[in-house]
Amino acid sequence: MSATFEFTIDGREIPARPGQTILEAAQQAGVYIPRLCWCKGLVPHGSCRVCTVLVNGRPQAACVQPAAAGLVVENNTEKVTALRRNIIEMLFVEGNHFCMFCEKSGNCELQALAYRFGITAPKYPYLFPQRAVDASHPDVLIDHNRCILCGRCVRASRDVDGKHVFDFVGRGPHKRIAVNSAGRLADTDLQVTDKAVEVCPVGAILKKRVGYAVPVGQRLYDQAPIGSDIEAAPAGGR
Amino acid sequence: MSASLEATVREVCAAHGRDRTRLMDLVRGLQERLGYVGGDTAAALARELGIHRVEVESLVSFYAFFANRPQGRIVIRLCHDYMDRMLGADEVAAAFESELGIRFGQTTADGLITLQYVPCIGMCDQAPAALVNEVVVTELSTDAARRIVRELRKHGDPTRLVTRLGDGNNAHPLVRAMVNNNIRRRGPVIFSPLARGEAIRKALAITPAEVIRAVKTARLRGRGGAGFPTGMKWEFARAAPGEPKYVVCNADEGEPGTFKDRVILTELPDRVFAGMTIAGYAIGATEGILYLRGEYAYLRRYLEDVLARRRADGLLGPQVCGRSDFSFDIRIQMGAGAYVCGEETALLSSCEGLRGDPKNRPPFPAQKGLFGRPTVVNNVETLACVTKILEEGPATFCELGSPGSPGTKVLSISGDCRSPGVFEVPFGIKLSEVLALAGGEDALAVQVGGASGQMVGREEFGRTICYDDLATGGSIMVFGPDRNVLEIAESFLDFFIEESCGYCTPCRVGNVLLKERLHRINAGQGEPADLDYLQELAQTVKTMSRCGLGQTSANPVLTTLKNFRATYNALVRERTNGLVPAFDLAAAVGPAEALIGRKSEHAHA
Repeated sequence: MSATFEFTIDGREIPARPGQTILEAAQQAGVYIPRLCWCKGLVPHGSCRVCTVLVNGRPQAACVQPAAAGLVVENNTEKVTALRRNIIEMLFVEGNHFCMFCEKSGNCELQALAYRFGITAPKYPYLFPQRAVDASHPDVLIDHNRCILCGRCVRASRDVDGKHVFDFVGRGPHKRIAVNSAGRLADTDLQVTDKAVEVCPVGAILKKRVGYAVPVGQRLYDQAPIGSDIEAAPAGGR
Repeated sequence: MSASLEATVREVCAAHGRDRTRLMDLVRGLQERLGYVGGDTAAALARELGIHRVEVESLVSFYAFFANRPQGRIVIRLCHDYMDRMLGADEVAAAFESELGIRFGQTTADGLITLQYVPCIGMCDQAPAALVNEVVVTELSTDAARRIVRELRKHGDPTRLVTRLGDGNNAHPLVRAMVNNNIRRRGPVIFSPLARGEAIRKALAITPAEVIRAVKTARLRGRGGAGFPTGMKWEFARAAPGEPKYVVCNADEGEPGTFKDRVILTELPDRVFAGMTIAGYAIGATEGILYLRGEYAYLRRYLEDVLARRRADGLLGPQVCGRSDFSFDIRIQMGAGAYVCGEETALLSSCEGLRGDPKNRPPFPAQKGLFGRPTVVNNVETLACVTKILEEGPATFCELGSPGSPGTKVLSISGDCRSPGVFEVPFGIKLSEVLALAGGEDALAVQVGGASGQMVGREEFGRTICYDDLATGGSIMVFGPDRNVLEIAESFLDFFIEESCGYCTPCRVGNVLLKERLHRINAGQGEPADLDYLQELAQTVKTMSRCGLGQTSANPVLTTLKNFRATYNALVRERTNGLVPAFDLAAAVGPAEALIGRKSEHAHA
């Protein structure tokens, strides 16, 4: 273990090691910084911006910002929370998210964040985009309506599975996930056991035939709000 | 897979290098040969490079000038900027459509011509303007549009559309463009006579550290808009570990209303290349890249020739000025239609053969830039300043401008003024003086710093152009008394929506939402609460976005809310009948009325 230093999050001293991001150090100390595109084991992306904190007053994505001695970080403050809520609401209106009949309900990180932030309905108008569903693959389906462009599948397939099944195409509001074939997921070398299938935080990439193996009401975030595991961890020193 | 496609891919790879990092050039080369880079071509190229087809498709789909579907042999890209529309671009567009019998976004049945809209192509002072493949046509009228179509149908050669040549080097045999420089005011730094080679020789006579000290003493700051101290940037890059180091010149001038880099590159490319070479010496780099926006492709052959002559004269190459310990060369990297690539880390992504997505910072380019190596990215004008500073010394440079902002600034002025064009002025000049120079004294509003800058009204014309007050990368757009500032702000949002890379949520989604609400207000359907909504949304986009594009894209809204509040207030109204103003009851029940065959009593009460 290399030398440690300390910085503060909302006034609390957080120990950190050189090379750690603010998010990693916070997590280790039992402080939850809400996030969506970040995923353990994947290169941080810094795209969803949900993990934005104020570092010495400046907004920075905690998942990519290195921790440094003496930083004064604002995480769970009224100002930061309001900004994060807006980002989460943007993700809801950008796609077509219908939690009530989504297989992922209860295990969905976007939905869980909305609950944690007390969002009942977004204040922004729904954009109702026209998006496709690709159910060509025997074991996996992609519903682009629910995709939040976090890029977890892109990184997992490229860096963990060594396949590069997914990548982004288009830009701006036309940006979407594409697959490494003439268009159909079935024509890629994706397998249901791939990391890329596991990491989707929402109901965009789903395994077929297991959607209701665990009944709604007994799922991960039905038990406790997202982030509670981090806040309850012994390392938190509570 | 057809053998000929494979052969074409191999030929293009042979010409540009079988190198994934040169994907921009490979795709460009393939598109020149095949007209577009579709799925089969992407797959063939990916096989040749040992990468995945979706990586090629990812890049192709990012850049506006790359096509993944068949398009016409000739693509007419009409600039649809607000400045061009003020001068009749919509009428020109209608003339193109009627003469061709197609709409924008479509291709003629014979596959000859495609019509597309593009954002600012850097010709606002001679608008309306368009690119016909790489050929620039300016000062378009409806008659000119019809003539262009008829001629293209006759001979199919865009270069023959150039019937008159522009001023200065626009008439150079390797340029042959109808573009005009419109240099209205020459200052003592950029548009002063150049002693070719002198600055480099003076730089090489002192140590790199002393060169950096000279640039720091001159207190030179970046001219592209961000204003970072140039000498400090160089010092970081020099101190950073890693070899080789790179010098990149940002000539991706895409900020709407900016065209001064085009003029500097046309008239004084030697001053820019000398600045790059001096930067190379200062930081210990051996390679320089000029990232030239795709819209300025018509300058490429000319700039290549300038580079070749510099090599022949020993100003570039293995032993610069005979110095065995300093080798430096420059290549040109073409962009392909992406405003975001003007953001320095996005530009580096593009140079690496990737989508123009900005990178996470830290690390900063000076520490880890191109291919993870220390890299200095400077604007065209900044590098031209460097040459002047080395020629005449920092003291002379510091005598110009204002105390906090030494030197001069080259402004691109367009819009409602008598003399649009390029003006080199000392920093510290009042906006009102700038307007007087360009003949825009009766302006209602001025957009300073391009779409991402600020819209200021008459009461602020006494402010000064400098880093501490009205900062600008050079764009000054003048709007006369009859213009609608909120309509202009909305058009800027349209621009940012299309030019966002889409990487981060606030910029990708937030700009669409800003546009929705501003449009509603402009349509007379806004209510007072919408102003608070806009303010909070705009602040979220500004605060939460990942790069400079998103951090400034809400400025059209924020600065008009601040400076033109009365205009907003006059447009919004309180709800009266219990319905939000944006809700049109009659329209909502219209389809039902049609079905049942009678009118709703409530909707038409």
